Amino acid sequence: MEFLAQVINGLQLGLVYALIALGYTMVYGIVRLINFAHGDIFMVGAFVGYFGFTSWGLPFPLAILTAMVVCSILGVTIERVAYKPLRYAPKIAALISAFGMSLFLEYFCSLKFVFGPNFRVVKRPFEEIHWNLGGLTITNIQVMIFIVVVVMLIILQYLIFRTKIGMAMRSVSMDHNTARLMGVNVDNTISVTFAIGSAFAAVGGVLYAVAYPQIYPFMGIMPGLKAFTAAVLGGIGIIPGAVLGALIMGQVETMTSAYLSSQLRDAIAFSILILVLLIRPTGILGRTETEKV
Amino acid sequence: MSSVLLEVKDLEVFYGSIQALQGISFVVHEGEIVTLIGANGAGKSTTMRAISGLIPVKRGEIIYKGQRLNKMPAHKIVRMGISHVPEGRQIFPNLTVMENLLMGAYTRTDKKEIEDSVGMVMERFPRLKERSAQLAGTLSGGEQQMLAMGRGLMGKPNLLILDEPSMGLSPLLVEEIFEIIKTINRQGTTVLLVEQNAYMALQVAHRAYVLETGRIVLSGNTAELQNDPRVRSAYLGEIA
Ligand SMILES: Nc1ncnc2c1ncn2[C@@H]1O[C@H](COP(=O)(O)OP(=O)(O)OP(=O)(O)O)[C@@H](O)[C@H]1O
Ligand SMILES: [Mg+2]
Repeated sequence: MEFLAQVINGLQLGLVYALIALGYTMVYGIVRLINFAHGDIFMVGAFVGYFGFTSWGLPFPLAILTAMVVCSILGVTIERVAYKPLRYAPKIAALISAFGMSLFLEYFCSLKFVFGPNFRVVKRPFEEIHWNLGGLTITNIQVMIFIVVVVMLIILQYLIFRTKIGMAMRSVSMDHNTARLMGVNVDNTISVTFAIGSAFAAVGGVLYAVAYPQIYPFMGIMPGLKAFTAAVLGGIGIIPGAVLGALIMGQVETMTSAYLSSQLRDAIAFSILILVLLIRPTGILGRTETEKV
Repeated sequence: MSSVLLEVKDLEVFYGSIQALQGISFVVHEGEIVTLIGANGAGKSTTMRAISGLIPVKRGEIIYKGQRLNKMPAHKIVRMGISHVPEGRQIFPNLTVMENLLMGAYTRTDKKEIEDSVGMVMERFPRLKERSAQLAGTLSGGEQQMLAMGRGLMGKPNLLILDEPSMGLSPLLVEEIFEIIKTINRQGTTVLLVEQNAYMALQVAHRAYVLETGRIVLSGNTAELQNDPRVRSAYLGEIA
């Protein structure tokens, strides 16, 4: 029972990581760039959601929606300002720009007139309820996270494989110029990708704030890096890979804390990143392909 | 001949500091098949990329249906009725054959008409029909070329630009592809054809331009060019 409870804790964490990891992988797929500011978009999502259901008095679903909209706009703006001018420049330029953007968001949000530098304890929009299922305890928060993430994944699957914009996204991820020759507006398609990825991170942020009720401007760094690791583990650029990697990362992290030591948690998570990069850089679901430039 | 569909005037294109086109001029009339022939690196593909908006024009003019294309982004040029089937096929390997064809109709909105076009393309290239649910990356080279052409036709172009459609194909398939080009043209599509296979190109086209290191050095009706000693020695492999 204790073990099963840990599996469920790991699932909860993994599902939140999945929402973040998807953004890394989608953005990588379409512009071959690691958006290091993605974890900070997650942080902004957590704050906006928090303000939504506390100060602004919004119903919880509306607070999530607000966070999604704000983060989409933020994500698209970041792309236009920091990445688009460097799109066809050497990769390292955009990577440095991404680091700069990440630091900017963290320190800007730490300013007094923005979010302020301090930790805030999140007052949940609803009471936590524990259900006892024959010795196993499940909370309403876990159930909510499960449902929200599964619904989001189904929506994403539909969007990418059943809609015209999804097909455009897939074509751009294979070849910008040929997509242009088909009449695809590549810039807009990239913007849409950033918008979707950021909206997913926003949902992740709000759920994270409710599940682990403490937020601060640097809260995006660790989950961001873990989700990045998850995306690499699953195979960067591959959408199901991001989910798979995230679920594994959630389990590894939870099990390490439970049965080894919570101090080892991060070290083990990042050892996975290094191991994957050394042994199988294309990730679990990745095919070995030479990188296109 | 009838009215001018495409006019290229003194076109200059650079890759960084390298000048690939040194000011080339040519016209394509409505209903024609015009071919651009020339050796490797002459600037044929560059010319095509400039027309469809993939690379910026440094100097000169590209005028299509009376409109200047110079500054127009590629995705808008497609909407003017130009389909460019690029060199090396460039099909989308992780999309199915059917999805590749639908990408060709990306600018169109009428579902019914798109379905009709799919039907027509499948009829013209029966092999695509059998493989419509297969990932395009798993097709053979010849099949990929057919898919690339089919995808180009899905846009219902007025001007079809084909960059080396015969590259890497068996002689039999080359014949087939050129037959199809002739049919497409007879049915009303103007064709701008780039070829290394000068022999075949001169057979199907009405007029030809010969490109050498970014300059047009010869032009004329294909019937005349086929007998031009310079063309015969340089491009038809004849010892002069
Ligand atoms: N992306 C590029 N960057 C730099 N130079 C380029 C690029 N593409 C083409 N070139 C140069 O421009 C010139 C013209 O190339 P282009 O591809 O237009 O030739 P081509 O006539 O199509 O040749 P081929 O028959 O081999 O396809 C060549 O000297 C080539 O090296
Ligand atoms: Mg070429």
